[in-house]
Amino acid sequence: MKIRLLFFASLRERLAIPGEEVDVPPTVTTVGALREHLRDRGGAWADVFAPNRAVRAAVNQAMVQPSAPIKAGDEVAFFPPVTGG
Amino acid sequence: MKISVQREDFDLGAEVRAISRSSKTGAVASFIGLVRDVPMTLEHYAGMTENAIRKIVDEAGRRWQVMDCSVIHRYGDLQPNDQIVLVAIASAHRGDAFAACEFIMDYLKTQAPFWKKEHRAAGAEWVEARAADDEAAERWKK
Repeated sequence: MKIRLLFFASLRERLAIPGEEVDVPPTVTTVGALREHLRDRGGAWADVFAPNRAVRAAVNQAMVQPSAPIKAGDEVAFFPPVTGG
Repeated sequence: MKISVQREDFDLGAEVRAISRSSKTGAVASFIGLVRDVPMTLEHYAGMTENAIRKIVDEAGRRWQVMDCSVIHRYGDLQPNDQIVLVAIASAHRGDAFAACEFIMDYLKTQAPFWKKEHRAAGAEWVEARAADDEAAERWKK
């Protein structure tokens, strides 16, 4: 299942990549599962997506909870809590 | 209803005039956020940002009488004292204008995808989100 990933702010810097197309196993059906899948890459990925890290997510440009479903073709963004205003 | 995410500065007077043309407008409340002390770079999620702000503005319109509004948020490199954000609300009466303005600011802080990076003498550092901002947005749920 192909997903478009985007990373912002400190996540983008630590992962040293603004985004990528990934092919995830069909077992990865939620944002939370995708986060764990990325964490399993190890290195900076394990650090950025460690369970104690505050990471927010958006699917197709709408903020979602970890339980939100994902499907092929979705744009999934991970970022730290927002600090605008 | 104007929503703009832009690099350029904005002019409060021009925005207020633009949203208060109706003869039914009796009140305009506005808020401007400024850069404090330290130069910063504001990053945002192009594509999502304007939609996120629009949702917040729509919700304000369901709760209060909003006759017109202008919400502008800048991104890019900003210096101390630069304007960052403007929320201006036109309504028939002040109560709705004040409330909608504060509501939109509180939700912008927690829902709009912006991130501030401060450029201090010791190096650049991403600003951490504040629990107080979550609490400010949370109180509108009551």
